[in-house]
Amino acid sequence: MSRQHQQIHLAAHFPGVNNTTVWTDPRSRSQIDFDSFEHLARTAERGLFDFFFLAEGLRLREHNGRIHDLDVVGRPESITVLNALAAVTERLGLAATVNATFNEPYELARRLASLDHLSGGRAAWNVVTSSDAFTGENFRRGGFLDRADRYTRAAEFVATARELWDSWTPDGTSRPFAHTGGHFTIDGEFGVERSPQGHPVVIQAGDSDEGREFAASAADIIFTRHGSPAAGRAFYADVKRRLARYGRAPEELKIMPGVTLVLGDTAADAQEKAAEIRLQQVSPQTALLTLEQIWGVDLSGYDPDGPLPDIDPDPDSQLTQGRVRHGDPLAVAAKWRALSEEKGLSIRQTVIEANGRQSFIGTPAAVAAQMTEFVAADAADGFILVPHLTPGGLDDFVDRVVPLLQERGVFRTAYSGTTLRDHLGLPYPGERG
Amino acid sequence: MAVPTGTLHLAAAIDGDGQYQAPYYVELARLAEEGTLDFITVDDTFGPPGPGRGRLDALAVLARVAPATGRIGLVPTVTTTHTEPFHVSSAVATLDWVSRGRAGWRVEVSATEAEARLVGRRPAAPAGELWAEAGEVADVVARLWDSWEDDAEIRDAATGRFIDRDKLHYVDFEGAHFSVRGPAIVPRPPQGHPVVAVAATDPVTWQTAARHADVVYLRATSLEEAGRIRDELRRRAVAHGREPGALTVLAAVAVDLADGEGAPGTAPAVNSPVALIDTPGGPPLYRGGPAGLAELITGWHTADAVDGFHITPVAPRHDLERFVNGTVALLQHRGLFRTFYPGAALRDHLGLSRPASRYALEREAAR
Repeated sequence: MSRQHQQIHLAAHFPGVNNTTVWTDPRSRSQIDFDSFEHLARTAERGLFDFFFLAEGLRLREHNGRIHDLDVVGRPESITVLNALAAVTERLGLAATVNATFNEPYELARRLASLDHLSGGRAAWNVVTSSDAFTGENFRRGGFLDRADRYTRAAEFVATARELWDSWTPDGTSRPFAHTGGHFTIDGEFGVERSPQGHPVVIQAGDSDEGREFAASAADIIFTRHGSPAAGRAFYADVKRRLARYGRAPEELKIMPGVTLVLGDTAADAQEKAAEIRLQQVSPQTALLTLEQIWGVDLSGYDPDGPLPDIDPDPDSQLTQGRVRHGDPLAVAAKWRALSEEKGLSIRQTVIEANGRQSFIGTPAAVAAQMTEFVAADAADGFILVPHLTPGGLDDFVDRVVPLLQERGVFRTAYSGTTLRDHLGLPYPGERG
Repeated sequence: MAVPTGTLHLAAAIDGDGQYQAPYYVELARLAEEGTLDFITVDDTFGPPGPGRGRLDALAVLARVAPATGRIGLVPTVTTTHTEPFHVSSAVATLDWVSRGRAGWRVEVSATEAEARLVGRRPAAPAGELWAEAGEVADVVARLWDSWEDDAEIRDAATGRFIDRDKLHYVDFEGAHFSVRGPAIVPRPPQGHPVVAVAATDPVTWQTAARHADVVYLRATSLEEAGRIRDELRRRAVAHGREPGALTVLAAVAVDLADGEGAPGTAPAVNSPVALIDTPGGPPLYRGGPAGLAELITGWHTADAVDGFHITPVAPRHDLERFVNGTVALLQHRGLFRTFYPGAALRDHLGLSRPASRYALEREAAR
């Protein structure tokens, strides 16, 4: 098969609790009613997507000692929603983000195996880790993992879950298990028969060196943030190269960046819509808050339509809790000041500019072409699409872009298998002796 | 015949150890819903139900059933000993969201050493201690459900605020066994409080049941014994400051309708006693025909010994079918049981009002 026909994998990300999600739009619906989840899942299945993806929350975000109120707040528990979605979909993969720090292998392996059974082999688990005491305040185990321990715990967690899933033979015989390790020492019998996929599909999100190594050793999919072709190619080459060390073939790990997109009838129309959405995503209040997250100090006295503050950020600030702080605040602040001065931008305009543009902007034909090229250039194996509207944000993509990808021969025209492993072309895990 | 003092409530177990296919559960749930039962239950244990045996996570099963049904309540067993209370609260609240207000949960503990070893974090503990802890879990779970006031989501574009954060509350729960900060991640569930059930078949559970449960199942082989236990549970509920009627008390009965009478016409006379067989380790067993079971239910309910029954069909497909089409049909024909669901939520079926958030009440009182 020629490179032009490299197949694309697609996933639908339910809109999250950050300012990518625009809730002020009149078309925006509930983030919690089952109708919304059903709508997006059915849309994804109509578009023959590989899977539907849910993020997770374990503590509401805080800013300056108060609950963050500017973005969507509150969401349901992922695995329970996915079990319900299994009733209203037939082939779509169902991926839940579940934290390895605030769960135990036996219980989570059991819940994931149950989802895999009840969905007929469509379960996936996005493994995330956390180390913050802030989130730990909601849990009896507390939150006190060293950063370095996060991946060792996650790796042992996944390995232990696989031991549990393998403890039943395919013909339905349960065998005792015993695991002794640095994080878990457990033994007994696993309470769920081997599920249709053997092991639910494992997804890993995280771009650090440890994260990449963990993914190469243990994951089936990487959910990355590398939305540009150049960064994507470098990441792709690096991660695929690591697989050989674990005796795995390059196609056994799929690389799927999270991407945003805007469609228009013409290129100019699409650009105009994209700019409108970026403006909706950064309200005056959100602009100031974004700045406070970098500066680490209260900036409520500043005018969002005025210039950037001339004071320096506090690099050790605890102003924002429950959110990952990216990069060195002093360097980010310097970069933003330069941007503001160079283009004569206000606070709000600077935040919008610095946030960057949507990953794909254009007519359906242009977006289909860009996506095809992105995958053909080995910058990704597919995309996790993050819509900005709940729940109709992918309606247009499915109606207008999917048929063009199919015409190009880069996307399936029917599901050929029943399980998520089938859709992704992943091998079924062999039974361990 | 005396007039029953309250609405008759009926619930059925649709357990399926070793059943892994969703259609098995959906079929039984729809059958129970045809019989307008208050709710169905799926039992669970943290570890396997026996050596070499398996079962699915009960809450997962009923989440799968939810979109395939429309009115019937869904009450999975959820164990509290080895599970984080915050996760219990989120999962049950989410079951309430995906079922549009039909969720409950049956509180259960995991007392065996074998189960403790599956987690490896704490040794096994005596049942009394675990039930006290389960009470704390039920308490904090309900506080987390209250931690979002009903109208916390405001979507106020003018100020850019999605929620009114004054209507979200830290629960700051400090128990003997754990602490939880809050607020919940899941907005307040449709019922406010999903229904809490306790199988009060062992006196070790009674304190927790009397304090936290909306529904309790009791174990009794005669209506006199059932009445005594219900009185005792109500007395304890009152001691916790609750209304005696806050508890809906159901008699747990296993039913084997395999060899009984074939048609209602062959039913025993109304006043002939129907005996329950005492079976150690399980609910008392009724063995006979659907009409005889209708007599038993009518007799106990008319004597005001219980508010209803939780039945466990011995052979689910067969016995639940005969229960719905035989026993329930007879009770409906006699005007003793509903023929349609007047409400949409499980709390409606049980005659429970929707509670206000305790934090909303506190805030109101402080104004």
